[in-house]
Amino acid sequence: MSLSSLQLCLLFSSALFCLGLMAALSRSNTILVLLGVELMLNAANVNFIAFWRYGPNPEAATGVVFVLFAIAVAAAEAAVGLALVIAIYRHQKNIRLQEATRLKG
Amino acid sequence: MMALILIALVTLASAAAAMLLRNLIHSALLLTASWAGLAAFYLWAGAEFVAFAQVLVYVGAISMVVLFAVLLTRPPQPMPVTPPNTLGRALVALITGGAVLGVFIGAIVSSPLPATAAPAPTVSVKQLGLELAGRHAGALLIVGALLTVALLGAVVLAATDREPVGASLDDVRGRPPGTPLQKSGDAP
Repeated sequence: MSLSSLQLCLLFSSALFCLGLMAALSRSNTILVLLGVELMLNAANVNFIAFWRYGPNPEAATGVVFVLFAIAVAAAEAAVGLALVIAIYRHQKNIRLQEATRLKG
Repeated sequence: MMALILIALVTLASAAAAMLLRNLIHSALLLTASWAGLAAFYLWAGAEFVAFAQVLVYVGAISMVVLFAVLLTRPPQPMPVTPPNTLGRALVALITGGAVLGVFIGAIVSSPLPATAAPAPTVSVKQLGLELAGRHAGALLIVGALLTVALLGAVVLAATDREPVGASLDDVRGRPPGTPLQKSGDAP
């Protein structure tokens, strides 16, 4: 059994996604959880590019445009998430997720 | 094919090391290396513009923001391992991630995916610009508005000081709240 290039790309992206998932589930540092979510977003982008590259209609460039928009949204998400981390740090003087249990400071 | 495997190995190894390390700064730098590996993957796949966008946004901007956040939120002393059991949570995360990965690998390997298009397709920057300004012009405008609002919101979130300005003064002078300011200083 030999894997095609598309399957290799998909395996790569799913491994990246699972790494991000494990990080988001296991770490208690808020920044690392956010970075795990970023890794999952990047895995989705890899999937878009792989299906654009090996899809039936690569001239349409839909995958590339979609990835550009996804990168823009991911940048906004990272900025807001890190601002939230700093706000949490100002309230409880650390960024452990287990201690962020209050809705109202 | 070999280049793809090499890029994938480098990216996955640096991402895994970043998620395993204890030092946050090392994690952030290794994740930057992983994002650079992803940019190399986009270059390999023939999406040059996406690769440069990845380098600009992730390797350039987001890594700097992450480093700043890491440096701004250093705990005063090293964090102790707290009772909500870290080992159990790591085990559950490992099991969940492994199960999801197994499902993915099974689905990918067993599905007959057609591998056409041996030469890499090329999308020129001009064609991308025409697409963005033509068919996707509305989405482009919305993304611009979204970025503006999100960054303004981030500034507001990170900069708000929720303590009222007069509160600390009142605490220092031992004055009951509500008393006028001039009388507080010269009370015997």
